[in-house]
Amino acid sequence: MSVSPATIERTTEDEDVRPDRPWLVIVWNDPINLMSYVTYVLQKLFGYPKEKATRLMLQVHHEGRAIVSSGTRERAELDVFRLHEHGLWATMEQEG
Amino acid sequence: MKLGRRIRRSRRGDFEVSLSADERELLRGLPAQLRTLLNDTSDPDLRRLFPPAHAEDAELEQEYRRLVHDDLLSGHRASLEVMEATVDAKRLDEAQLNAWMGAINDMRLVLGTRLNVTEDQKPLDPDDPRSPAMALYGYLSWLQEQVVEALAGGL
Repeated sequence: MSVSPATIERTTEDEDVRPDRPWLVIVWNDPINLMSYVTYVLQKLFGYPKEKATRLMLQVHHEGRAIVSSGTRERAELDVFRLHEHGLWATMEQEG
Repeated sequence: MKLGRRIRRSRRGDFEVSLSADERELLRGLPAQLRTLLNDTSDPDLRRLFPPAHAEDAELEQEYRRLVHDDLLSGHRASLEVMEATVDAKRLDEAQLNAWMGAINDMRLVLGTRLNVTEDQKPLDPDDPRSPAMALYGYLSWLQEQVVEALAGGL
């Protein structure tokens, strides 16, 4: 089901010119995905222990959003893609 | 009506599936229905299957979409195919149950979008025309809880 990271490699002219500001991956609250499912997906995709995944899920649930990972644009885009593969509502933005 | 747990992790590491014949009949037709919908990915009911990555940058969003759209689509289709092929199985391996989880979630996302469900969704009046779809949504949610619980037990 998942594709290899190689399939979303990008060319150098797309590189961000200010790589010092990390990209943040944000998961947004939605009324459909089950709380247990969101926790499991965060454990599975990021290797987070259950406690951390549960804390992030509850933050999404109560505050409407949570930052679940951060890094280079490429890394963030891959993480967003994997979250989208699992039907989570994820976006990315550069740290302000 | 069969009561109790439907999906159980076995001692040998795969999963026992104890669905009733009625449930299997219900589940049998769903992958084909969603596959038909996927023929037109601009259908607004499908928007949760292809979410935006860049909420505030149309150019980046367009580029992201171009990069991932086909991979997302083939991922959705692959899960449906596995579920369809194994709908009568008494046992599933982990990869197969993961595909069921993906397929069921995609079905829930489409149904939930179509029904415009809310976080504290109340049961509908039985006379409401959306009532059968809401019942299906509720059943799939209940089944998905069990799938997730069975898979998460192995982490």
